[in-house]
Amino acid sequence: MRPYSDKQNVQKKPYYSDRYFVAPQIPKEAVESDAVFAKDLATLQAKFEIKEAYIQRGQLVVYIDPKDNVAVLQTLKEACAYNMLSEHSAIDWLAKSNEFELFYQLLSTSKRKRLRVKCFIHAKEVLQSVYGVYKSADWAEREMYDMFGISISGHPYMKRLLMPDDWFGHPLLKTYPLHGDEAARWYEIDKIFGKEYRDIIGPEERDSARVDENDTYRFARLGHEVPFGAEPSLEKTFHDYQEEGGVTIVKTLKKSESKLVKERP
Amino acid sequence: MQKVNRLKPFFENIAFEREDNHMIVNFGPQHPSAHGQLRLILELDGEKVSKATPDIGYLHRGMEKMAENMIYNEFLPTTDRMDYIAATSNNYGFALAVETLIGLEVPRRAKVIRMLLLELNRITSHLFWLATHALDVGAMTIFLYAFREREYALDLIEDYCGARLTHSSVRIGGVPLDLPKGWLEKLNAYVNRLPYDIEDYEGLLDQNRIWKMRLEGVGIVTPEQAQSWGCSGPMLRGSGIAWDIRKEEPYELYDEVDFDVPVSTTCDSYGRYKLHMEEMRQSIRILKQLMPMYDETAPEIIAHAPQYVSAPKEQIMTQNYSLMQHFVLVTQGMKPPVGEVYVPTESPKGELGFYINSQGDPYPYRLKLRAPSFFHTALLQEMLVGEYLADVVAIIGNANIVFGEIDR
Repeated sequence: MRPYSDKQNVQKKPYYSDRYFVAPQIPKEAVESDAVFAKDLATLQAKFEIKEAYIQRGQLVVYIDPKDNVAVLQTLKEACAYNMLSEHSAIDWLAKSNEFELFYQLLSTSKRKRLRVKCFIHAKEVLQSVYGVYKSADWAEREMYDMFGISISGHPYMKRLLMPDDWFGHPLLKTYPLHGDEAARWYEIDKIFGKEYRDIIGPEERDSARVDENDTYRFARLGHEVPFGAEPSLEKTFHDYQEEGGVTIVKTLKKSESKLVKERP
Repeated sequence: MQKVNRLKPFFENIAFEREDNHMIVNFGPQHPSAHGQLRLILELDGEKVSKATPDIGYLHRGMEKMAENMIYNEFLPTTDRMDYIAATSNNYGFALAVETLIGLEVPRRAKVIRMLLLELNRITSHLFWLATHALDVGAMTIFLYAFREREYALDLIEDYCGARLTHSSVRIGGVPLDLPKGWLEKLNAYVNRLPYDIEDYEGLLDQNRIWKMRLEGVGIVTPEQAQSWGCSGPMLRGSGIAWDIRKEEPYELYDEVDFDVPVSTTCDSYGRYKLHMEEMRQSIRILKQLMPMYDETAPEIIAHAPQYVSAPKEQIMTQNYSLMQHFVLVTQGMKPPVGEVYVPTESPKGELGFYINSQGDPYPYRLKLRAPSFFHTALLQEMLVGEYLADVVAIIGNANIVFGEIDR
């Protein structure tokens, strides 16, 4: 029987975990502890539904309804002086709840405060673009679409950013293997040489640590060296890497004539 | 008709459309002034750019994906490959993010060493910027001089950690090594010499007619644009907004050293050039203050937190328990608390942020790298419109973009 593997999350798992280990939590502080954040939160609460709000490691985290994202950011920019969107991306929770968690990392240079607006969207839900509020969302949203496949409406140029336009799949999903899926293995072969060369060249191996024992073109078989491209053999090869006639100062060293000493001389 | 995308020569780059005075030029990805693998699709109206579409991803290695499959310490050398011009700033940004996540206090000597390295990296990065930017604009001499001085700084870093470009010289919880003997004297000699070199560069460039013609009034970024596009670092300060994370949200010992944040209000490339020169002077100022601070510190260089950080090397080699604990941390990885942090640092290029979402596993559940150049490259699509084709090279060089961190 094949061992069970979780197809929903193919990321690397720790090979050992203590079953009694309970991970500690980073403390969440109440928003009231910071006057500036409390005021910002009050401004938001007057207009929108706030699901949760707390301060973690000095930054305010606010959970909102994804439908409000543009309006919330607009309010934060105009009424609360959060003038910059420094980062925007998503976290994949598809295996757990079929949702993506989005975050908008905001910065107010006048108040020296950082705030994180977060929301959950369903896998197929379409998100409204915030390009109209912060232009830095332009590439951040394109990258998010590229990496997670989250559809955005109202974006001026929604296209893949980092991966090629005709790429299949979205690499940062937890279901996507580290070394690429089946389509990725054939992508460059098909693109450069054509589908008819698949049998001749074979799939692309993206694991940089892989060593093919039978491939004498790209890998030397230490201790069993054969001429370039020849069939691998089990016969041992013996090398004394020594120049012909020896080197001037160094005495001729032969592995076969060397002896092991028990004690340091 | 030739088949596209086969390995036969396909002259994509010169396949421009010509109607009236309108032309599409494909700039890069193998253009020497594209500063890496930048492909720009420029629509030209005569000699002026009417539309610019940057195309990136040629250096995409999937670092965020890699991070999800690595323990925290394993990922640290990977961050070297982001902004490879100033590798320590990336190492440091990541280490600081993880330290914030687990709430770790770093010994004072480690802080001083880190700051020394960070400011040296800022100088090498700015020198590299000056060299390549001047070369793009046509000033060959500056390139040779700036690279020479950069080499001396790289020698210092090499003396410390053994690497010129990919330093990995910061560890989570401190630094791996103390400064070698005589290092501070060498640094002192370098730091005393560099202001005169900067004067020389300025003597060659400041009043240089060609340099001024190529840079003044070119690549205007208004303060509104800079804020809306998420600019940071010299690009933001070049638009008149005095925002330096070292000053505003001080980390390490930046609140103990005395330095100014230079700001340029001209919003153009020349202003940003002056800004870079001034920033190097401020880095020198910081380095000069740090050297006496080093001598006053206690010799610990790595935090004592057995749950998260391995003991110093000599202790691992001599103490049984330290070795066991090191073994566990290397094979299983440390398990930070559940939670998330976004930690910004001021890298030479701007705000370098690490967002880490931890679920209590030895692997981060999600790690997002916020690279300053990424947002500066996005700005190119607005910045280049209305500029001349010849100025595109100057603007790209001036924006100080590095593709290691854009594509990640």
